[in-house]
Amino acid sequence: MFAIRISAPERATPGEIVELKALIRHPQESGFRLNARGVPIPRDILTRFVCLYNDQQIFAANLYPGVSANPFLSFHTRATRTGTLTFRWTDQDGESYEDSVELVVA
Amino acid sequence: MKSILKPHLSRRQLLVGGTGMIAISALPLGAAHADQAQLQTAKLKLFGDRPLTEGRVTIKMPPIAENGFSVPTRVSVDSPMTEADHVKTLAIISPRNPVAELIQFELGPQAGIADVSTRIRLAGTQSVQAIAEMSDGTLWSGSQETVVTLAACVVL
Repeated sequence: MFAIRISAPERATPGEIVELKALIRHPQESGFRLNARGVPIPRDILTRFVCLYNDQQIFAANLYPGVSANPFLSFHTRATRTGTLTFRWTDQDGESYEDSVELVVA
Repeated sequence: MKSILKPHLSRRQLLVGGTGMIAISALPLGAAHADQAQLQTAKLKLFGDRPLTEGRVTIKMPPIAENGFSVPTRVSVDSPMTEADHVKTLAIISPRNPVAELIQFELGPQAGIADVSTRIRLAGTQSVQAIAEMSDGTLWSGSQETVVTLAACVVL
């Protein structure tokens, strides 16, 4: 399991646009680097990120080797009602990692 | 004797200098051509053969990135983000990296504003392009040049 860090406000007013930041510790190995013996290091990347707000997709991203190690993403959403924000990453082998936070809208 | 020697020397200088000039000017031109080709191919792959208009998209990166492994990049699109008019997808593509596609975002009207940030790898100095696909199907682009001091991929 990789360490995930989420930055999101705990509460928001209805209709407010909130900024969500998500970071996951992952090498995002591009497959273009060589090790000390000159042998290419195999590719190991996260390929997909989705953010769900009350189980509804509000944001997604396709990641390529050009994304830095420990991928960082920042995006916005409109706070509509109290609920759960789920952040999920999927790697090239289909393995997924997720974390969620609660957002109180009042 | 002096008067003959002088023009002879200056002609040689001119020839040497001229060849150098051609070599210098041809190099970035050829590279720029390859860059454009890679951007074109990536755009075709992602969005097909649709017209691309410059504007509405702002891509912000540091003018000089000391480290190509992690370049903070922020892309914003001038869009009301309503149900009728919003950004559907937003792609960042590179003219010089081994893989042209860097990252692709999927947005919607619920985002409120089209403003995303991430960190990317850059294999050298280049002008990175961001393409936004609107809900009406039109494509808009913006680009930003960044000087990369230490390129990703090159070093271990």
